[in-house]
Amino acid sequence: MEYKNHMKLQFDSKSQNEAFARVVVAAFAAQLDPTIEEIADIKTAVSEAVTNSIIHGYDGNLGSVTVECNIIDNTLEIIIEDDGNGIEDIKQAMEPLFTSKPELERSGMGFTVMETFMDEVDVISEVGSGTKIKMVKKFNSLNEE
Amino acid sequence: MQLEYQLVQNTLIVKLKGELDHHVAEKIRQELDDTIKKNRCKNLIFNLSDMRFMDSSGIGVIIGRYKYISQIGGKVAVVEVSEKVDKIFSLAGMYRIIGKHQNQLDALNSL
Repeated sequence: MEYKNHMKLQFDSKSQNEAFARVVVAAFAAQLDPTIEEIADIKTAVSEAVTNSIIHGYDGNLGSVTVECNIIDNTLEIIIEDDGNGIEDIKQAMEPLFTSKPELERSGMGFTVMETFMDEVDVISEVGSGTKIKMVKKFNSLNEE
Repeated sequence: MQLEYQLVQNTLIVKLKGELDHHVAEKIRQELDDTIKKNRCKNLIFNLSDMRFMDSSGIGVIIGRYKYISQIGGKVAVVEVSEKVDKIFSLAGMYRIIGKHQNQLDALNSL
């Protein structure tokens, strides 16, 4: 039978919550029996997406960020959503080294990290209404049993 | 995140202990710049043996310091890089601009 689990987390767009969000998602993913490397991949990808919402989505202003996780068998789906500024040109935003805020010493590697560390990354965004990032990672460890 | 410093002639060795993300980046950047300028360092070695987490915000911090050090004719190196930090460093092409060495002694000898 198919195994399913779900969780939803909502928090203020404060940078303190970047660590909070990645630790919670990593803890939720523990039931998939991930390797240390897989856990590090998830934490980094979540950190990138949440940081983007805080810096670019809300420009440092107070807003709300939602992190939703779905487990379906050995697959983890992570949805990170904000109601912020949105992204004008998604293709450009996802280019390695592109940053709209070079003055902040941003590396422009956020989306590249997400795409490298996760199996799938989808970005849905509308200027003025917000951004939704859906990431998927498949775990092999459970299959071996 | 905590920083531990060691000055060997004109080379500053900085041990980054803890997690380097966007939340702490600004504070770390400020502290590093103050220490580099106060000690008039030419070279910079980051010891990453106690780096528990780093994302692309950390890459931004390292690149920013590299820009300053290379401007004054110095070199930047990293030592004791863990597998997970190595993954993000390689992805960002960091080793094209900074050296990677096994330990502090190797890095010092390479400068």
